Amino acid sequence: MTERTESTTAQPERGEADPRPGEPVGTGDGRGVGNAAGNRAVRLPVWVLGVAVTAVIGLVLGVLAVFGAGTLPERAGPPIEELAVERTVLSPGVIELTVRNIGPDPVQVSQVFVNDAFVGFTGGGEPLERLRSTTLVLDYPWSDGSPYVVSMLTSTGLVIEHEIAAGVTTPPADADFFGRMVLIGTYIGIIPVLLGMLFLPVLRQARGRSVKILLALSVGVLVYLAIDATFEGFELAAGGAVFGGGLLVILGAAFAYLVLMGVDRWLRSRTAAARRDDAAGGMRLALLIAIGIGLHNMAEGLVIGSAYAVGELALGAALIIGFVINNVTEGVAIVAPLTDRRPTWLALLGLGLVAGAPAILGAVIGGAVNNPALAAVLFGLGIGAIAQVVVQILPSLREHGSRAFDARVLGGLALGVLLMYGTSLFSAA
Amino acid sequence: MTSRRRFLTGAGVALTGAAGVALTGNAFAGPPVPDPVPDMSGMTHGGGVNGPMFAHGATVDHEANGFNPTDTLRDFDMGQTSTMPDGRTLREWSITAVDKEIEVAPGVVFPAWTLNGRIPGPTLRCTEGDRLRVRFTNASEHPHTLHFHGIHPADMDGVPMVGRGVISPGEEFVYEFDAEPFGLHLFHCHVGPLAEHIARGMYGTFIVDPAQGRPPADEMVMVMHGYNTTFDAEGNQLYAVNGIPFHYMNEPVRVRRGELVRVYLVNILEYDPINSFHLHGNFFQYYPTGTSLTPTELTDVIVQAQGQRGICEVTFPTEGMFMFHAHKSEFADLGWMGFFEVTP
Repeated sequence: MTERTESTTAQPERGEADPRPGEPVGTGDGRGVGNAAGNRAVRLPVWVLGVAVTAVIGLVLGVLAVFGAGTLPERAGPPIEELAVERTVLSPGVIELTVRNIGPDPVQVSQVFVNDAFVGFTGGGEPLERLRSTTLVLDYPWSDGSPYVVSMLTSTGLVIEHEIAAGVTTPPADADFFGRMVLIGTYIGIIPVLLGMLFLPVLRQARGRSVKILLALSVGVLVYLAIDATFEGFELAAGGAVFGGGLLVILGAAFAYLVLMGVDRWLRSRTAAARRDDAAGGMRLALLIAIGIGLHNMAEGLVIGSAYAVGELALGAALIIGFVINNVTEGVAIVAPLTDRRPTWLALLGLGLVAGAPAILGAVIGGAVNNPALAAVLFGLGIGAIAQVVVQILPSLREHGSRAFDARVLGGLALGVLLMYGTSLFSAA
Repeated sequence: MTSRRRFLTGAGVALTGAAGVALTGNAFAGPPVPDPVPDMSGMTHGGGVNGPMFAHGATVDHEANGFNPTDTLRDFDMGQTSTMPDGRTLREWSITAVDKEIEVAPGVVFPAWTLNGRIPGPTLRCTEGDRLRVRFTNASEHPHTLHFHGIHPADMDGVPMVGRGVISPGEEFVYEFDAEPFGLHLFHCHVGPLAEHIARGMYGTFIVDPAQGRPPADEMVMVMHGYNTTFDAEGNQLYAVNGIPFHYMNEPVRVRRGELVRVYLVNILEYDPINSFHLHGNFFQYYPTGTSLTPTELTDVIVQAQGQRGICEVTFPTEGMFMFHAHKSEFADLGWMGFFEVTP
């Protein structure tokens, strides 16, 4: 127990090495430079230097703009036409596509055919400028469960295809729909996490190294989630290429990592007085794990919500049970740092909600918006959050006074990954 | 860009205009029939249960294209004739290859290589035994030839490396040979890559009438072809007879009840192995390649490989709208379908 407490408090000590010893004590601003140069030359006010440098940069940019622009020849060849289908809505006899021009040139959808038959459609009468979107309403007697290929024929004869895996009436975004999304989010998010937290009394019976092994198991769970979310995020991001695609996942991850690091610092400073208070440290760790898992569950909810909206998700009992089993492990991960604390039931419930409730939010967003770029960002957030938690926990798993990990700890880590892999097979959505 | 936009917004006007063309185009077949234009309202926004059609109820700009399939249907080019010292008929034509953008579906532009600015190229018609001279001018930016089906000397075959061979841009050449055998033939460019030169639109019909002629009939030419607008050589995005997909849906082919109708049917479809012709509600006599005066089959569906052709003869006993189309549903859905409108 003491090992872990020390390790978690060791984190701030390492972090508190700021300001780094290698750096000059000076503030590093203009005044510092002025001081160094001032010994030999005439001292200039920093604002004069700033204005002068800005002027020089402006002048050079101006010259480049005037003379440099002519250096590149006009782009030759046919226009580059790219359309991304951002939303597909199916209602009886009608297929509705919201398309966005993600290429550099305007695109005019002149004709549309579905499964090799021309169809009448409305919308898209004008050439679509870059980044603008429009909605094409196709008159087509699609039938339930059948796959469709929608081909958009542009004014230059290019064909841009969009596949609909299975024709299913898109649920309207009404109260019933949102109610369903809340239920799904509750099933797959809150309930399993709370169920997993029931393991707390069992974990309490464990002592010493066993707790460290359990924490390692949590890390395994989280590492699996992060890797899984990375693949999923990049896959989704491919549909939102114009806004950065995979870059959105990375940016989202970096953002979440930095924000959570900041949150951690803030929590830490607030508990600075009680730095040696084990309870605070354990609760802080549990909360961070819950936040990380919560952000991940939001992304998971997003995928489920959007899959439901486009009819790609069979909401069978087996699938719900699969997600429940899968996410129970997350609950275990949250309570692992609390084995020798006495948190109130309310606090435990709060942790469960932090980890589980975002799934509801994700499901609602996914079902109503279904935007690949947004999905990529949300997945990124989840990944960054998890990475931050893993970085937090890892030091506490090391052998006391060593950088090495015990074999049993490594075993726990591997078991966590395997558990998630095994249970995820039940919920391949 | 602006022309396309004008097109889509002016769809209603275009449709009305098309109806006018249908009436004038019918002059050849006989006096205009005062029937109202058939009600296509269920089809102009097609794609639903009424079958496929282009969006917005629009049609292409025939004027900008420079040809209208209603006119080319019965446009037989007999050439300039004169009598040679030996008493035979000398028939002369001029054919020019031109690169030209064709609106192949409302709002869709296809960079075509055309013969005399149209797709398909002209229908050359002569009588067996005539002496034929075809002056070919290459005003295109690409090398081309004219290769005629039929019987002729090797150096008149219009293929690279034989006789005059390739006719380069800016050059011209006169193909000269005798009209034989009688029947329904075709001509096309034979420069590599062959598929592209054909798929871009360089083909036409070549009819050699038997000396004794055929029974009088309402005659028309239907050239089956397609457009591979993506230039990926994998099938076509559009299928048509006589240049414009769905054209005869918008402007049905008007024929008279009880009158013999003779369709000169040619298949020059590229990238698909076969094409077919199916007539609703009636049967037709079929003369493969037209080289015999005796039909081989009474049928309602015939199949042709690329370069195959034949004459279909039918007399409609009843009035009404009779569909015709490729009996390959994909081709029909993508443009190869139309109507005969049988009038009293």
